[in-house]
Amino acid sequence: MTETGAEERRLLARRRLAERIFKRLGQAATFFGVGVLGVLLVDVFSDGLPRLGWEFLTSFPSRRPETAGIYTALIGSLWMLSVTAALAFPLGVGAAVYLEEYSRRSRLDRVIEINIANLAGVPSIIYGLLGLEVFVRIMSPLTGGRSVLSGGMTMALLVMPIIIIASREALRAVPDSLRQGGYALGATRWQVVSRLVVPSAMPGILTGTILALARAIGETAPLITIGALTYVAFVPELSLAGLQTPFTALPIQIFNWVSRPQAGFHVNAAAGIVVLLVVLITMNAAAVLLRNRYQRRGMD
Amino acid sequence: MTSQALAAPLGLPVKIAVNGLTVHYGQALGLDGVTLDIPVNRVTALIGPSGCGKSTFLRCLNRMNDHIPGIRIEGQVSIDGVQLYAEDVDPVMLRRQVGMVFQKSNPFPKSIFENVAFGPRLHGVRERSTLQEIVERSLRQAALWDEVADRLEGSALELSGGQQQRLCIARALAVEPEVLLMDEPASALDPIATAKIEELIQELKDSYTIVIVTHNMQQAARVSDFTAYFYLGKLVEFGSTETLFTTPSRPETEDYITGRFG
Repeated sequence: MTETGAEERRLLARRRLAERIFKRLGQAATFFGVGVLGVLLVDVFSDGLPRLGWEFLTSFPSRRPETAGIYTALIGSLWMLSVTAALAFPLGVGAAVYLEEYSRRSRLDRVIEINIANLAGVPSIIYGLLGLEVFVRIMSPLTGGRSVLSGGMTMALLVMPIIIIASREALRAVPDSLRQGGYALGATRWQVVSRLVVPSAMPGILTGTILALARAIGETAPLITIGALTYVAFVPELSLAGLQTPFTALPIQIFNWVSRPQAGFHVNAAAGIVVLLVVLITMNAAAVLLRNRYQRRGMD
Repeated sequence: MTSQALAAPLGLPVKIAVNGLTVHYGQALGLDGVTLDIPVNRVTALIGPSGCGKSTFLRCLNRMNDHIPGIRIEGQVSIDGVQLYAEDVDPVMLRRQVGMVFQKSNPFPKSIFENVAFGPRLHGVRERSTLQEIVERSLRQAALWDEVADRLEGSALELSGGQQQRLCIARALAVEPEVLLMDEPASALDPIATAKIEELIQELKDSYTIVIVTHNMQQAARVSDFTAYFYLGKLVEFGSTETLFTTPSRPETEDYITGRFG
């Protein structure tokens, strides 16, 4: 071996060392995040799991922690989420389809685009204030004030930008050759969009929507702002009148229990967090399953 | 020599008449005053180096260029005497008459049956029995029926590359066009699949007027009756394939076909 050979090997060793150091640092960063999540889960589950049971899920709130349950909050959250999905999905997907497939990139369209990106970053409490003024106060004859409907509408505003952005990405991922193939057969733009582009983008659109809704179910600030109650001893009916009744939601109930002095309520809060986590994980799993299913089939 | 002289009468009925076709993309010139008559029920090949305007020309024949932002199209194109760029012509109706097959096969992510039935459905055919007839006829025309008859409900994406391209041809034929435009239909295929496509073109030309863009000069010589050589947006030479490949009248054409450049 010549001297330059030795020099080269020394340099190579240094490069290898840098690689090993970076790999370890990356691992440490990953385990930090996973570790924090693990500590949180262990803490919450050890406190809350013993309290959890069918009775906890089906009981109304109470002054006594041992008889208090999460029923109204769980149903309230699911109700609100349905309203949110029913409003935000068509509006969000409609806006995304317009911006991706129809817009001619005029100045106005660009202004709209930038605004949507900004809206996605607006703090959720601002949406709460907007919902309080518009839905709870101005539109109270329609919404019934601090109601499920107002809550769902406020959440719909909050998640709509996220749905628009996710849907636009899904639409943009549809290869242009598909559109060209449709046009070449004499399809109108609407036929190309409705029969080819949107069905192809649907897995991405649904995944984005579910993830956006998963965010909505954990949001607390806007609900506090619009004045969702913390003590609701009834479940909203399945009717328009039911939509106009006051409600509570999981994060609100948890927040309320945590802020009580009795230790029994803290256990309830932990159990409530477990319920919220289960709902969240179910939604995320549904998003993953949906995506895999469509990817495997590759056809509508 | 003006471009007018290049469109000398071919002694055959004309299907597509192109007169002074000029295309600008923004500031860039895509096509420069092309005049050309495409005869009915023959295969006309468009050859030339990349960027010479042959694909632009092809896409003017079914107005697929309309969607490109900033494009400006001047001159006249007519099919059977009807001006394509006249005010009252709807490109959607035009594209039903002028089918197109792309360089990269682009089957829809649907079943084989739904791919072929897509065009007829667009135009309002609903009855299952009619659709079945159209699908079988089109697949037979595209020489694909025997290979897929037992799996029409299977995904089109599971077919081989050559089968996918023939499916795209069947899909284009299903709306009963009169003209078939092909943009390098075999450039992504292996020699065996290419041979099948070429054979198919020969069979189809009795019923359709075919215009094919190709990078492959042997292919142009094999499949076409007439050849147009494009260079830098201009039509350099147009004539019967035999004449153009054996005794080209322009030195540029000879340089290109003998492989001296391009």
